[in-house]
Amino acid sequence: MSATDLSSLVRRADVCAVAVADCFRGDGEILANPIGTIPMIGGRLARATWEPDLMMTDGEAALIANDQAVPAKADRVYETWNPYRRMFDVVWSGRRHVMMGATQVDRFGNQNIAALGGTPTRPRTQLLGFRGAPGNTINDTTSYWVPAHGPKVFVEAVDVVTGVGYDRAVELGGDGGRFHEIRRVVSNLGVFDFDTPNHSMQLRTVHPGVTVDEVVEATGFSLVVPADVEQTRLPTPDELRLLDEVIDPQGTRFREVPDPA
Amino acid sequence: MSASEAETAYPEPKDKRLSEDEVVARLESGMKIGIGGWGSRRKPMSLVRAILRSDLTDLHLVTFGGPEVGMLCAAGKVSHLTFAFVAPDVGPAAVLEPHFRAARQSGAIECTEVDEGMLLLGLQAAAWRVPFLPTRVGLGSDLGLVNPELQRITSPYPGPDGGAGEELIAQPAIHLDASLCHLNVGDARGNAAFTGPDLYFDDLMLEATADGGRFVSVERVVPTDDLVDAAGDITRLRVSRLFVDGVVEAPNGAHPTSCDPDYERDEAFQKTYLGTAKDTELWNEFSSGWLSFPTEADYQAALAARPEENA
Repeated sequence: MSATDLSSLVRRADVCAVAVADCFRGDGEILANPIGTIPMIGGRLARATWEPDLMMTDGEAALIANDQAVPAKADRVYETWNPYRRMFDVVWSGRRHVMMGATQVDRFGNQNIAALGGTPTRPRTQLLGFRGAPGNTINDTTSYWVPAHGPKVFVEAVDVVTGVGYDRAVELGGDGGRFHEIRRVVSNLGVFDFDTPNHSMQLRTVHPGVTVDEVVEATGFSLVVPADVEQTRLPTPDELRLLDEVIDPQGTRFREVPDPA
Repeated sequence: MSASEAETAYPEPKDKRLSEDEVVARLESGMKIGIGGWGSRRKPMSLVRAILRSDLTDLHLVTFGGPEVGMLCAAGKVSHLTFAFVAPDVGPAAVLEPHFRAARQSGAIECTEVDEGMLLLGLQAAAWRVPFLPTRVGLGSDLGLVNPELQRITSPYPGPDGGAGEELIAQPAIHLDASLCHLNVGDARGNAAFTGPDLYFDDLMLEATADGGRFVSVERVVPTDDLVDAAGDITRLRVSRLFVDGVVEAPNGAHPTSCDPDYERDEAFQKTYLGTAKDTELWNEFSSGWLSFPTEADYQAALAARPEENA
């Protein structure tokens, strides 16, 4: 079987989960705090394999040792109590890598989850609010997850900066931005980073079955595209086993990112 | 005077038990009111319902927002909101709060937007009686655009490289005129405990509030002698009577929000409520059907009388 045949068999949600897991590679003993279905699955996968010292939440008020993405309450193996207020101790200590969602994200990794259109004090469309995005991004490593990559999400300029991008962090100078790092953006189409001279977002890999042109077309700003863009790596057989049998036996990841038609 | 007569002259300890309506009688229009819980969790909804049936108006809410924001906005009770988010739920089932969104988008309410950690710091500063607390949170974001009073300060101490002090945000104290929280168990004197997974910021809300304005409702009032047993452990007795002016016994008082471990969120009820933002008729029907009972007891009786499939 050729590599092309293999990549046509692989499921997109599995590739995304592995790409998320790879974001946490090398993080060691910190709180890995991926928010969302596939982010949580990917984070659990990193800990179940090469990052055993990560700590992770139960999505409520505790850090738990379970590999399963969302274990039943009775099955949770508690490591520590982590109520809402305690989370700020972790966030402001810097011992955390958060993966958030983004209604909008721009080329420097500025994120918006607060509001669209109108004016800052009277938006056309009110969304969630700033939540913890300013504090997360100025204190800790941050990555983003976008399950439906499109030009309305990857925009030229976000309407409201909730999560701080590289241009804003650079403006702050050395002190204010010294704990700022946007590591990756993972979408249903590919993986992106900011390892360019001016920290403008670049295409790192495309998922199997996705072309570079598709990604460029689905992106509302001018993406840095290296001459050779590799494919996002495939899950290993053991990673697939963990995803299917331990982490997400219900297959919730396939509902968040269905296979391409 | 005999010894026994002198003893009978000792003052009685305060009994702070009140009804919901007695609490609301102590509130005034225009007040800045903190609401405990977060999202759709352990919200003091019996007190919110009492506000809804009162003539209070022009309120400034400070809250980790849930359905109380939407209900009070839809009823025209709110003129200002300090918030980091308003969400009936988060995570995979996340939905936005339609009544809050409508109020914000129409310009009906003024807003002070903060990061959720800044809300913690603002309440903590008020509780500690300092004008602000320094933080890195907010630097580089657009919070300054939506919260123009937010000031920066320069640290008077050397910066990380030994040079000039670093620039930080000075989160101002958030002083509250009143606060309303719902906990699991308490006594008549105002001590209270949470028995679920998280205290949230309830103690801070109360401590950031002016004397006379601090109110808790609880699922059960027990004698002080029984408080530790009812709470399960002394570490759960996190609200002390130093910071409480009134206690309301309100079984099921957080409904429709959750009050872990006593009960879960009433999903069907919340769904019905969220659906009423689609048009005024639906809201009016919901409001007159569920939010206009003369007493909390009537509301609870109506809930209990719902047919089983809707309960």
